Amino acid sequence: MGILEFLKGAAGQVVTGGKAYKAWMALLVAMIVVGLVGYSRQWNQGLLATNMRDQVTWAFYIGNFTFLVGVAAAAVLLVVPAYVYHWKPIKEVVVLGELLAISALTMCLTFILVDMGRPDRLTHIMPGPGNPNWPQSMLSWDALVLNLYLVLNLVVVVHILYRAYRGQEYAKWFVVPLVLFSIPAAVGIHTVTAFLYAGMAARPYWNAGILAPKFIASAFCSGPAVMIILFQILRKTTAIEIKDEAIWKVAELMAYAMFFNLFLLGAEIFKEYYSRTEHLLYTQYLWQGIGNHRALVPFAWFSLICSLVAFLIFVVRKTRMNWVTLNIGCVLIFSGVYIEKGMGLVIPGMTPDTLGEIYEYRPSAVEWMVAIGVFGLGALVFTTLVNVAVPIMMGTLRAKGAPVVPPGTEAAH
Amino acid sequence: MTDRNRLPVVQDPSGCAGPEGGASRRDFLRTAAAGAVIAAVSGCKPDAVVEELQRRHLTELSKERLQEMLGKLEKKWSAQYGKKVTVGARPPIPGVDFAYGLDLSRCIGCRRCVYACVKENNQSRKNPQIQWIRVLQMDKEHGVSLQHATPYYDPEKVPEPGHFYMPVQCQQCRHPPCTKVCPVKATWKDPDGIVVIDYDWCIGCRCCTAACPYGARKFNWAEPNLPAAEMNPVTDYLGNRPRPMGVVEKCTFCLQRSRDGRYPACVEICPVGARKFGNLLDPESEIRQVMDRKRVFVFKEELATEPQFYYFYAT
Repeated sequence: MGILEFLKGAAGQVVTGGKAYKAWMALLVAMIVVGLVGYSRQWNQGLLATNMRDQVTWAFYIGNFTFLVGVAAAAVLLVVPAYVYHWKPIKEVVVLGELLAISALTMCLTFILVDMGRPDRLTHIMPGPGNPNWPQSMLSWDALVLNLYLVLNLVVVVHILYRAYRGQEYAKWFVVPLVLFSIPAAVGIHTVTAFLYAGMAARPYWNAGILAPKFIASAFCSGPAVMIILFQILRKTTAIEIKDEAIWKVAELMAYAMFFNLFLLGAEIFKEYYSRTEHLLYTQYLWQGIGNHRALVPFAWFSLICSLVAFLIFVVRKTRMNWVTLNIGCVLIFSGVYIEKGMGLVIPGMTPDTLGEIYEYRPSAVEWMVAIGVFGLGALVFTTLVNVAVPIMMGTLRAKGAPVVPPGTEAAH
Repeated sequence: MTDRNRLPVVQDPSGCAGPEGGASRRDFLRTAAAGAVIAAVSGCKPDAVVEELQRRHLTELSKERLQEMLGKLEKKWSAQYGKKVTVGARPPIPGVDFAYGLDLSRCIGCRRCVYACVKENNQSRKNPQIQWIRVLQMDKEHGVSLQHATPYYDPEKVPEPGHFYMPVQCQQCRHPPCTKVCPVKATWKDPDGIVVIDYDWCIGCRCCTAACPYGARKFNWAEPNLPAAEMNPVTDYLGNRPRPMGVVEKCTFCLQRSRDGRYPACVEICPVGARKFGNLLDPESEIRQVMDRKRVFVFKEELATEPQFYYFYAT
């Protein structure tokens, strides 16, 4: 009964909002419709509607998936600095980080689903009705850990919000261990995703021990970039208090993460170009192109410039603390990592293919449409969740008869 | 069929003998529970749903269930292609370990093997065009180098001066990277060395195509295009039977032939005798003769996949 009332209250909140909110939601719904139109074409024609072929058998969908696993992981990892530096709204950081993780995971799983040749056989990967190939297959592990991580985040968030909605403090004995567990779990999901690639000896571009650490480092750039922008929006539009120092600290941590990411990139590039084996080809395809095949080259350099400029912005105190440059830095770092970890990771891994053929891949119209739909879905989930969670955390959305003052430590001030 | 075309392997007169084991109570409960869930979600006809879910993993099927399933497929495809289609489930023959030899000094790059394979194995003819054998044209001055190889050559006459040819197909690895990565155990290595795929269990994630170092695995990017007139009606469940859209397929050493003691189609068609095939455990077999008398090598040996497909230069 309590849960039903909670869901009803939450549902009421979803449709509540100003003009800007409604316009934003309409845009997201339109994006989802575009995605559905694209996917229905793919459903009828098969994956032939994409530009993937046997030479490049994973592409845009899987690239987006990989990038978003990083966003999902890093959002939750912000709990660590929040705890270490005693930021005041630690509960808000936890909840918002987990909401972002939930939305990113929704997109991850949808991207996997649209990439499957037989989504109707999804049950085959589930323990019980299916036959998961544990412990050998990294993808069967990835499916498991991503779903567990999604459930973990949902449980924590729903518990905190449900209790707050009823004017109660959350159960510390329940939440604290789960939040602590979600930190290694966040690193875990991204490591398993990296292993999915790194374990393939047939693809020398991926088959490197450096891949997992590089994944984690770049995730620490992309996830927090979203959080910094979100914090600023919420500070302006709601009563949530987030200190400037907290935001600047996140930016500083992003600078260190980006430094490490660029260092690992440099190490890879040195190894490839200095030893100049036949494996150089893949790196060459990304940065210089092979003959007339140069589709990725401008993107690779654009990504590098974005990452370098963002690194400088975040490492210099003055630009880090200037809101204009800080936000430019967030956009740059997000774009840089998006290219590096999406197309910049997947496509060179398969170009040239294992028999030396170069098939130059560019996403088809259907792939763009489906991707727009998935991002629309993720943004819709995120907006909806934040729109429900914030008033509950602020104590403005309450069950009938529940105490109005928000519970917990924040109640004191 | 002449004696020359018989493979000297042990014959199993019983024909179809499915994987061991009967339907257990646990299987039944699992199927029933999952069926209820799917029926509830999809709102499909319960019959169709139950049938789909009876498609358990092949190794979990009882003999009766397997035969029943094969019978249904025979009926369906006989009607669809307008001829009597048989679908066997030939088990691996005990005491047989298949291996393949390819003589690079003889191959002239005519690609008759490619087309014989397509015909025998019911590959999709176009959109998507699927071929299990890829013949690479290489430069003599570079030797076996993928950077200087192309499958797209189209001269009046082969072989062309300055070039040699290297056909590549599934290498039936002893340590197959493709089966390891499959998230649902839809592909595995049988005891006779053949790596097989259950096309009705594959989810189409294409991990195996990414993991295969030989480009051997092909995906059905669209509904396969198999003209009824060209359909080969003698099929095997794990071999050349018609495949659905969205699943992966590859060379199986023509298991519908080789497990019946016949040569694979590519061996039979080769006009220059570049292709050798047989049972590694039989000292008299053609492949053992090759291994004893010639110097063989395997493709991409540094990956330690240990193929059961050997290349050699006979002259």
